[in-house]
Amino acid sequence: MDPIFLKVLIGITLLASSAAVVGTFSYLKGQSLVGDAIAHALLPGVVLAFLLGDGRNPMLLILGALISGLFAHYSIGYIKSRTKLKSDTAVSLVLSTFFGFGIMLMSLTQRSGQGQQAGLERYLLGKAAAITMDDVYVFSALAVLLMVGVGLFYKGFQLMTFNEDFAAVIGLPVPLIRLTFTVLTVLAITVGIQAVGVVLMAALLITPSAAARAWTKSLPAMLLLAALFAAISAITGTYISSVIAKMPTGPWVVIVLAIIGFGSLIFAPEKGWLAKRRRAMANQKKTVLENVLKLMFQQEELSDRNVVLSNTDIMDIRAIRPEKLRNALTDLKRRLLVVEHSSGYALTELGRSEGRRVVRLHRLWELYLTERLGMAADHIHPGAETMEHVITPDIEELLVKELGNPELDPHQSPIPYEED
Amino acid sequence: MEKSIEVHNLTVSYHSKPVLWDVDFSLPTGKIVGIVGPNGSGKTTMLKTIMGLMKPDSGYTEVFGQPLDNVRERVSYVPQRESVDWDFPADVMDVVLMGRYRKNNLFRRISKDDKRIATEALEKVNLLEFAHRQISQLSGGQQQRVFIARSLAQQADIYLMDEPFVGVDAATEDAILQLLREMKNQGKTVIIVHHDLHTANEYFDHIVLLNTRLVAAGPKEKVFTKELLQEAYGGRLTLLSKLGDLISTEEFPLREPEFKENKPEK
Repeated sequence: MDPIFLKVLIGITLLASSAAVVGTFSYLKGQSLVGDAIAHALLPGVVLAFLLGDGRNPMLLILGALISGLFAHYSIGYIKSRTKLKSDTAVSLVLSTFFGFGIMLMSLTQRSGQGQQAGLERYLLGKAAAITMDDVYVFSALAVLLMVGVGLFYKGFQLMTFNEDFAAVIGLPVPLIRLTFTVLTVLAITVGIQAVGVVLMAALLITPSAAARAWTKSLPAMLLLAALFAAISAITGTYISSVIAKMPTGPWVVIVLAIIGFGSLIFAPEKGWLAKRRRAMANQKKTVLENVLKLMFQQEELSDRNVVLSNTDIMDIRAIRPEKLRNALTDLKRRLLVVEHSSGYALTELGRSEGRRVVRLHRLWELYLTERLGMAADHIHPGAETMEHVITPDIEELLVKELGNPELDPHQSPIPYEED
Repeated sequence: MEKSIEVHNLTVSYHSKPVLWDVDFSLPTGKIVGIVGPNGSGKTTMLKTIMGLMKPDSGYTEVFGQPLDNVRERVSYVPQRESVDWDFPADVMDVVLMGRYRKNNLFRRISKDDKRIATEALEKVNLLEFAHRQISQLSGGQQQRVFIARSLAQQADIYLMDEPFVGVDAATEDAILQLLREMKNQGKTVIIVHHDLHTANEYFDHIVLLNTRLVAAGPKEKVFTKELLQEAYGGRLTLLSKLGDLISTEEFPLREPEFKENKPEK
């Protein structure tokens, strides 16, 4: 691989990761939009610095961006505290004003024919290929500094994000922590726009942490994952924009990030869409199986003997779709809860006990509803139909205790306990 | 007897509307004190002002006879449970350890000592087995106990708690109360913002009745009388609220600068 390209790649990876790490705290603070506003607001500072430094001085660029960004940040705060405007209004106001001003400066440059427009445009959408070696060194150093800063201020940032009042009360230097965070945010955005440009910077700040949040519940792990996701996207984006001519880097980075983001929302364990879907299916299946066992137990209760029921018998008593019932019975047979006879199915001892349990929970809950929640006896059945599948053994124990080992439910049916 | 808290002619406003008018009282040490009053009576504002989170328009507050800054390490604060986002990525231990954060260890790693103290605090609120549970998975009562454990981990002498009994189950309420009594027996002072009159008499030794103005402050036998309760809960004084609205809409300053009644310099 081309060694220069490799250096650029490492630089881009570092700066994307550091932006994502700082962005994680913005995300957790619910300030995603503020990052977007600051990114846009950097433009005037960047353009001015570009003109002054003849487009070659990265330090000047950082300074310009920093001043412009801090100015925007404090303008938002000032507008919020001095007017009755809501937060989102203040943010949009600053974003559009600063960005508009930046674009105006850019076109002025163009008109005066200073000839660096091509160089300037990379700050709009990012163009990794246009980055010089000087840039790579300066921005990589800055990225490392950012990560060290977050590491150093970890406790402060964590508490400021979770419970700022508490941080103030225990005497932490909250103004210093806030200022540090603001400066780090602006610097992170300054380095980040080298990769994706101001327009798409919000994605680099926020999407990695949103994706990481789906996979983990610990803050350190979330910071690491966000950095990793950002790195993967930055590398992919840089690679594509360097092999395909005239391709901006930013949009590719953002598209890869979006894929990781949506992928996380779909596939993440517990919180992901698939996991939710799987839980819903499992609950549905449990409900059907338990309903069949309950029904068979109730038939035995009615006739006072063991019964054999065919599929049609069952469907006559309770509306269950035929194929659902067939699947349920196969499952019950496999779990040794029912046995198959020539004329239908019968409960095993294990299945009888399970059916008895469901009926017991149903009746206990009905009793609880009438006794404790004062509900009328003709209103309680639907609720109990659900609760019989939800109540766990320890809640059952509490129910029995609270109701004083009751014998009969509100409809005078006996509550069937396990015979010892 | 040493005073735990001194509130001197305190006036505080929120969005330039006065929420506390000339409130003046002091509290004893080693007692469980209730700050009691109806919704919107300025109880939380009172607590936040004592904790330095809100600046008074006039008057001052002191803790153990000193400005808060001198005694921060002796003061612990339990904010309202709803004031934070419990979806934050942290487990129970992480939150309790925050009670060990100090200005002088901000940049240092958490020490073994901190961990031991946090573990003891968790034991006291009966949450040790939940140490590594995500805070988002806790019930309301458990969240409240986490906050109290964090406060215990501060190892303070005075504890200010904002509505610790709101939204907790009966068992947790009993457990918290028991803990507060133990703390009192160890000579700690506990100050609790509370809105429920039915339980106030049972819980507290000393009561501050508040409704924007101070209605009464003293031992509960003296304060918990029908007349005073009626005064506190009988609605705000019409004249005061009219004047408050006027000051707010006219954006009039609450005090002229020479009458701020700051603590006299020694």
